[in-house]
Amino acid sequence: MSVRHAILALLSEGPKYGLQLQKEFESSTGEIWPLNIGQVYTTLQRLERDGLVESDEAESEGPQKGFRITEAGTEELSSWLNTPPDMTSPPRDELVIKVLSALRVPGVSVHDVIQVHRRYLVELMQQWTRLKEDESDFDLSFALVVDAELFRLDAVVRWLDAADGRLKRAVAEPATVPSGPRFARRLVVRR
Amino acid sequence: MSFLELRQVSKSYGSGSNEVHAVKDVNLAVERGSLIAVMGPSGSGKSTLLTIAGSLEEPTSGEVFIEGASVQAMSRNERARLRRRTIGYVFQEFNLLAGLSAVENVSLPLELDGLSAKKARVVGMSVLEELGLADRATHYPDELSGGERQRVAIARAVVGERHLLLADEPSGALDSTNGEAVMRLMLAACKRGVAAVVVTHDAQLASWADRVVFLRDGRVVDQTVPPPSPESILEETSSSRPRR
Repeated sequence: MSVRHAILALLSEGPKYGLQLQKEFESSTGEIWPLNIGQVYTTLQRLERDGLVESDEAESEGPQKGFRITEAGTEELSSWLNTPPDMTSPPRDELVIKVLSALRVPGVSVHDVIQVHRRYLVELMQQWTRLKEDESDFDLSFALVVDAELFRLDAVVRWLDAADGRLKRAVAEPATVPSGPRFARRLVVRR
Repeated sequence: MSFLELRQVSKSYGSGSNEVHAVKDVNLAVERGSLIAVMGPSGSGKSTLLTIAGSLEEPTSGEVFIEGASVQAMSRNERARLRRRTIGYVFQEFNLLAGLSAVENVSLPLELDGLSAKKARVVGMSVLEELGLADRATHYPDELSGGERQRVAIARAVVGERHLLLADEPSGALDSTNGEAVMRLMLAACKRGVAAVVVTHDAQLASWADRVVFLRDGRVVDQTVPPPSPESILEETSSSRPRR
């Protein structure tokens, strides 16, 4: 979550005060990400240092001090919006490791382990879904954030379902074990 | 008393060494006003469970109770009446009759139940209005979008005060926005006192339910516990969300 760029985005609409930026940041994320005022000012100071925003003259120090985006800030914002975030997978996904480990532990049913996690994820999804049940107090930013959470959790459930199915098939039709040395397979994570 | 109750329901096909258990010893109770999702992979017995719950198929053993009455103890006629008056089905492919308009599709169950065509249409029209489809009433299924067709199918399933709504992958091939609209309609029906069961492999659909039951190889292996208040997730989120 880049607070820095979110603040630039809010300033691209016009000059604003720190307190105003805090309020608008929170409402633009559907009140899901709280942001304290201290963080707003620290971020603004850094943005100013880097020449991406400029503030009113020194006489109006404090909450009445206004900030506006500079040309460099507008360029930075545009470049950030169009740069894909790092989507390479983390080197170790904890849930994947749990499932892989369950395969090795004697007396542990990997299907049961998968089910524990599936249920937890679906329960979490039920809570998020309940938040969007009432359409009347449900703004657009909030809906987008809730959808993002639901799709993220859904992807994990789908992976568990796929793993469950793959393991079931593997037991039913065991693959022939290659006799030669195994290819070294590594996930290449570009950073 | 649960509106729908399955007690030790099993269904098997074939016999001897070829016997396959589609559903095994399933117990399930659904109250009026609640939406239950049955989740499981293809071949886990979800659809069989639903057709047994809807009295479209006989269990090999066990019993189904609807409003406390055993379906297995009913005559063929009583069962047919139950299907016409009490149970509404929504299928993946919507199953609307191509030669009938939206409102005719919706009012058909009432006509089959002996209501005059004119009266049935009035009731059908009011349900379509509730679902925001009044302007589509005279359209034929091939003139409707996928989302609209499924809403018409839901209208048909709830028309005439039917209190048990059974849906098999009701979002079919619909996109997530239309899938959400389908679940909102099912939930709205539950708020009016309908008991509903939806079977799906889709966790996003299932997450609309009050309770999610997990099926594997024909058996209920797990179910969700009722979630705490919705706000709790926001508190959890704000305290655990990493800040950068």
